Parts: sequence; structure tokens; C-alpha cells
Amino acid sequence: MFNVNRRMLTRGALAAAVAIPATLFAGFALAQVEGQPTPGGLGLPNMVTPVGLGTQQFYNMVLMPIISFIALFVLGLLVYVSYRFNEQKNPIPSKLTHNTPLEIIWTLIPVLILLFISVPSLRLLAEQVEVPEASVTIKVTGNQWYWSYKYPEDQGGGFGFDQMLKPESELQPGDLRLLSVDNEAVVPVNEVIAVHITSNDVIHAFGVPSFGVRMDAIPGRLNQTWFKIEKEGVYYGQCFFICGKDHAYMPIVIRAVSREKYNEWLAQAKQKFASADSRVRVAAESH
Amino acid sequence: MASSTMAGAHDHPRGLRRFLFSTNHKDIGTLYIILGSIGGVIGFLLSLGMRLELAYPGVQIFPGLAEALQGADPSMALDAGKNLYNVFITVHGVLMIFFMAMPILIGGFGNWFVPIMIGAPDMAFPRLNNISFWLLFASLVLAVISMFVEGAPGMKGFGGGWTFYPPLSSNTGSPGPAMDFVILALHLAGASSILGAINFITTIFNMRAPGMTLHKMPLFVWSMLVTAFLLLLVLPVLAGCVTMLLTDRNFGTMFYDPAGGGDPLLFQHLLWFFGHPEVYIVILPGFGIISQIVSTFSKKPVFGYLGMAYAMVSIGVLGSIVWAHHMYTVGMSLNAQRYFTLATMVIAVPTGIKIFSWIATMWGGSISFRAPMVWAIGFIFVFTMGGITGVVLANASADKQFHEGYYVVAHFHYTLSLGAVFALYAGFYYWFPKMTGYMYSETLAKANFWLLFIGVNVVFFPQHFLGLGGMPRRYIDYPDAYALWNLVSSSGMIFVTLSLIVWFYAIIEAFMKKRLAGANPWGVGATTLEWTLSSPPPFHQFQVLPRITGASR
Repeated sequence: MFNVNRRMLTRGALAAAVAIPATLFAGFALAQVEGQPTPGGLGLPNMVTPVGLGTQQFYNMVLMPIISFIALFVLGLLVYVSYRFNEQKNPIPSKLTHNTPLEIIWTLIPVLILLFISVPSLRLLAEQVEVPEASVTIKVTGNQWYWSYKYPEDQGGGFGFDQMLKPESELQPGDLRLLSVDNEAVVPVNEVIAVHITSNDVIHAFGVPSFGVRMDAIPGRLNQTWFKIEKEGVYYGQCFFICGKDHAYMPIVIRAVSREKYNEWLAQAKQKFASADSRVRVAAESH
Repeated sequence: MASSTMAGAHDHPRGLRRFLFSTNHKDIGTLYIILGSIGGVIGFLLSLGMRLELAYPGVQIFPGLAEALQGADPSMALDAGKNLYNVFITVHGVLMIFFMAMPILIGGFGNWFVPIMIGAPDMAFPRLNNISFWLLFASLVLAVISMFVEGAPGMKGFGGGWTFYPPLSSNTGSPGPAMDFVILALHLAGASSILGAINFITTIFNMRAPGMTLHKMPLFVWSMLVTAFLLLLVLPVLAGCVTMLLTDRNFGTMFYDPAGGGDPLLFQHLLWFFGHPEVYIVILPGFGIISQIVSTFSKKPVFGYLGMAYAMVSIGVLGSIVWAHHMYTVGMSLNAQRYFTLATMVIAVPTGIKIFSWIATMWGGSISFRAPMVWAIGFIFVFTMGGITGVVLANASADKQFHEGYYVVAHFHYTLSLGAVFALYAGFYYWFPKMTGYMYSETLAKANFWLLFIGVNVVFFPQHFLGLGGMPRRYIDYPDAYALWNLVSSSGMIFVTLSLIVWFYAIIEAFMKKRLAGANPWGVGATTLEWTLSSPPPFHQFQVLPRITGASR
């Protein structure tokens, strides 16, 4: 009878130990709105692109467990050594200064850990760098202190616009301070979008955390990256390279909509942003 | 044996002449420690300003600061404040690296203890030593002046980060003379360190006492040898890099300007070719100090001496071929990113060997938890934390998520503000009795440790969360979602400030109480040569060279 009670207690404790953190985590996940930072968030944002999901998996399932283990292991050793070998407990120090097998182990095991990390690491890297065939290509230019976008004519575009931070005085309910802009960049969901990134003046960087995307905008250089957004919504990014006094004031907003809505928006945008110098074509080469 | 009465003890210089024209490695070491402390305090005040601003969303204090410090017009105060924040982050980085960590660790402890530890009477080139110090002083003056002249149009000071990439640092972004002052400051600081490196290498190779082979010298001396080689090899690259920026800005060249066929990326490669070894230059002397302290207070020789020495050598060599891991988002080729990822990860191996060897040194020892040892044990833990986030960032694929965000800021502050600074304090308390002749108060020294330990962990641990959440670095203001961890981070500064006050008081108290430390306050574990001399040592020591029989490491 006693044993049954003990087992029940243990099971109950175990259940609680699993359920409570799980609920908290689930709570965290529910609290997260895609595309924007979670207030008081502890971890990576919810990702909406394959690259972003790959990054999340690599960090949460490979890197974090390994580094957490190493930190706790070293801490544990330090605590143990300090406790066991303090001068009261161990007045006579040993003279041991070598142990070749130990030295081999603590060289080999880190090497193996690093090899283990490098496999998913390099796989994810290739996915990030090798731009697949894109259905939409957008040219993004960093300026002091705003982003501008050009949609090519032969993809239904032929216009360009600037994306300016909405001043605090103009924020509407639902807008985000320092993140909301006047003109959102609209793209179709579930299609590969290639972005060609450059700068008009100093170095900026185009970064959208929930896409897993970050690429420098360098004058005189055209960088390329890509994303495929798998969920409709509004996604915020910021400038990720110091570019002067308003470095914190040039956000990025990308809205992912269905292909139909995207075509409608293209037509409207063409009229809204029509100007002589925004006729951009995508060259007919492959990527 | 040391004797100050040998060789017809001539009067040593006094007063201004003693310090202005010093050729004594101990006095010059003291000058460096004082300069480094001043640089560190100013760097700390700048960081206090930044954390105060970042405590709450919105811009609260920098516009007022710009009006007060720079005489900015109230109508321009917000813009001037934003620029001033960028100037603060820039000068904070420059001061902490070039005018706090390097002067104290290399110029201070290196100059003081390398000659003594190898049984030499002084450095190989005592007058060169003097000019190294005063060049650094001049450099600091120029760096401070830069804050008060025009940088960006209508703004004072250069605010492009300590890495000062063009075009923000060229005439495109910073037409005013502030950046030119920074460049000239770097020329002088670079020259100071190159000359110092020549001095250290020559001293260590040529002036070891009879019987002290390279494999018998203390690990602190090894750390200084590797550091000196790194300085000698990479500072000229920085010099070339900043000189080309100077000519781009003032003499019409186009090295970094695409309009003239140049490339902003050339700057980044040159800067980081220097910049990455630079961070190893900052930490390696710290590694040497920790080895000495762990050994002394465990009353055991360091575990695996050769492994430790050659781990430092390999960290130096490897650290010189991984620079582009600072450039993963510039649009580098896939193969280049692959190489730099793998090469950077390899550095974790010798570093891990060192961490495990320090623990193995403590294992079986008879550990005394005096203040230097407490700092050293703290170092081992916090440097490990910084090192493992470094392994995360080494991966180009993961770095795409973290580049130029707060995760990187957390990483390098854990290795620097926690790692290098803890090693610095450890060395400070270890050698304070030797340098001054007075013993510090254990209570104050340990209070210093705990306040700083709590403080910097509260400041920097939440910054991992901010980085994971996507907060960019070098930002004066942030979206409201980042408010919680910014407030927590800023609150840690209370403890950091208190720890600094305790540190000052500990120094004053030791000089007031005048408890004599004696030649060796640390007991049997202190086996290096400085503990055979009086505290403080005579003005000239080892005028008769000691003969080294056993290992004195």
C-alpha cells in the first residue's frame, strides 16, 4: 500500500513537472504573434519560411542543448572541485600534472561535437545561400534612413516606392511604434521571392527575424537572398547595420497575401507609385 | 637573488622625471595601469549613459545630454542626441579595448612581470618602452578630441561603431574631421603596441636567466609572447587599412569607394584581419594570468603545461585565419562561408583544453579561496559561457539570424566584460600586494567580485533573449516588445556601479591601512620569481642574474 502511494506520488510529480512547463511554453507560443517581437520573449520568433524553420530547429534542437550541457558541465565541475579540494578538506595537494588518456579525451570529444554540429550547420547554410528559381524578384535599396523597393515591370510591376517609418504621432490602433510604415511591401505567399539588395549611400542591412533573413546592403554591390513565406500575414524587420543617426528608425514591413490579392495590389500600386524612373526589368538570365 | 645594493646603487630618478622619462619597466607598468583605469572609468560612464537610455522605450536622456555636453541647439536636440548615442557606443568600444584592457593587461601586468618572471633586470629596450606609453597617452588625447569636432554633417563626434566601416566613416557618412582624429589616434596606438611587441619578443627570447628554457617559463610569459607576435603581425594591417581610409577622406583616393573602382569590403577584410586577432590579443594575457593564479591557489603546478602553452600558440595561429566570420552577411560565396565556419569552430578545441586543464589543476589541489582565486574561478565559468555562444555564432547559418543583433553583444561582453575583466581583476588583486607592498582587504575584494559578478550577469544575460527576439544592436531605441529585458539589463548597472565604488575604496583602504604584504603573501603555491623579491621590488632587480634549476612556472 505504501509503495502504491509512493508510485502515485512520483507519477503525479512527474506529470506536474512535465505539464507545468509545457503549459507555460504553450502559453508562450500562443502569446506570440507572428512577424513581430513577442513582449518579454525568451527565444527565437515563430518562423514562417523554410529557412527560418531550419534555423529554429538548428538552434533549438542542436546548438542549445549542446551549449547548455557544456555550461552546466563546467559549472558542475567547478562547484565539485571547489567543494572537494578546498584546503580544509584536502590539506596536501597532489602533484599530478599529466594524464595522457584524459588529455586525448578532452581533445577528441570537442572535435566530435563540432563535427556533429557542422553537418546541419552547413546544410542550412547551403539552403540560405543558394537562391532557388524565384517567381518574384524585388530590388531593395537601403538609404539614409529608409528602405525603397522596386518591383520589375516584367513581373507585373514597373514601379518603386519608399518605405518610411510612421511617426509616433500618426500611429493607429494596431500599429507598432518604430515598426509600422507608410507603404508596406506586398508579396505573394507560398512563392519564392528573391531580393536583390544594395545601398544608395552607406552600408545598411536588410533583416527580417521571422524569415531567418539578414543580408547587408552595400553601395556598389548587389547582394541576393531569398525567402518563401508560408503563412499570410504582416512581417516586420529592421536595419541591421549602423548607418547614422536614424539607424533605429528605418523598419521593414512585408505583407504576404494570396497570389490573387497580390495581383490586385500590383495593379493598384502601379497607379499609385507610377513614375518615370521606376521602370525596372528583371534580366532574362537564370539565378 | 635580488639586491638593490649591488653595482653601486645610484640614485634612481624622482618626481616628474621618474615618470615622464622613465626607463623602468615597473614604473612604466604602473603608468599603464593608471591610464587603463582612467580609460576604463570613462568607458564605464559611457556604458552607464547607454544603459540608462535603453532602460525604457523611447528616447529620454540623450537629447538633454547632447544639449549639455555638446551645446546642441534645442531645436536639433533629438537628432544630436541620436548621433551622440552612436558616438557613445563608438567611443565605449574604442576606450575599453585600446585604453583599458590592452594597457592594463599588456602594458601594465606585462611590463611589470615579464622581466621579473624570466629573471631579467628590465625589458630589452627600456627607452622604447617609455615611448610606447607616451604614444598611447597621445593617442587617448586624440581620441577624446574626436568627440568634440564635427563628424556627420552638423553633428559632433564619430558615431559609426569601433569598427568604423566606410562609407559611413568616409566622406559620404562623416565628412567632418572627427574620423580623421580617430584614425590618427589609431596610428599612434598601433605604433605604441608594435614597439611594445618588439620589446616583449626580444626580451622573452633573449633575456631569460640562465637555466630558464622556453619550456620552463611561466605561462603568463608564454601568453605575452603569443600576444606580442599577434600584435606585431596584425597591427601593420590595421595601419594600412586606416591609412587608406585617411587618404580616401583627404587625398582623393578611392580604395573603398565603388564609384572609383574601390570596394567597401576591402576595408572589412583588412579591419577584421586585424580585428579578430585583436580580441585574442585582449584575452590571451588573461589566460596567462588565470594559469598563474589557479596554480598558486591550488598549490599545484598547472596541469598539462605544454598543452597549455601550445594551446595558446594554436589559438593565436587559428585566430589569424578566421576573420571573415565577422562578415557572414556581406554576400560572401558559399565556400568561403563554409571555410570560415569550420575554421572558427576549430578554435573551440584548444580553448576547451585550457578550460579543462585549469579545472584539472584544481583537481587534487589544496584550494585556498583568496580573492584572486575567486575571480579566477568566476572567470572560468563566465568565459565558458561567452565561448559557447561564440560556437553558436561561428556557424554562418545561425549567424544570419544573429548578425549585428544583441546575441552578438551578449557574446562578446561575456568574453570581454566578464572574461577579460575578471582576469584583469584577478591579476590586480594577485599582484597588488607585490606592486604596492600593501595587502588589500579580503572582504572588500570579495565584495568587489560578488557585486560585479551579479551586476554583469544581470546586464548581459538578458541580452541573449533580446538577440534571439531580433533586437538589432547599436540602437538608441527599440520596439516596445523588447522593453522587459532592456529594463532588467539596465538594472544590473546598479551592481556594476557599486562594484566600481568598492574597488576604488579597496585601493584607498589598502594604502591607508598599510598592512605590509611581505615578499610572498600567497604561500607555497606562488612559485614564480616575483615572489622571491621584496614587496614592492627594488627599483632594479636581478642585477646579478638568478640561476634557474627546477621549473619556476
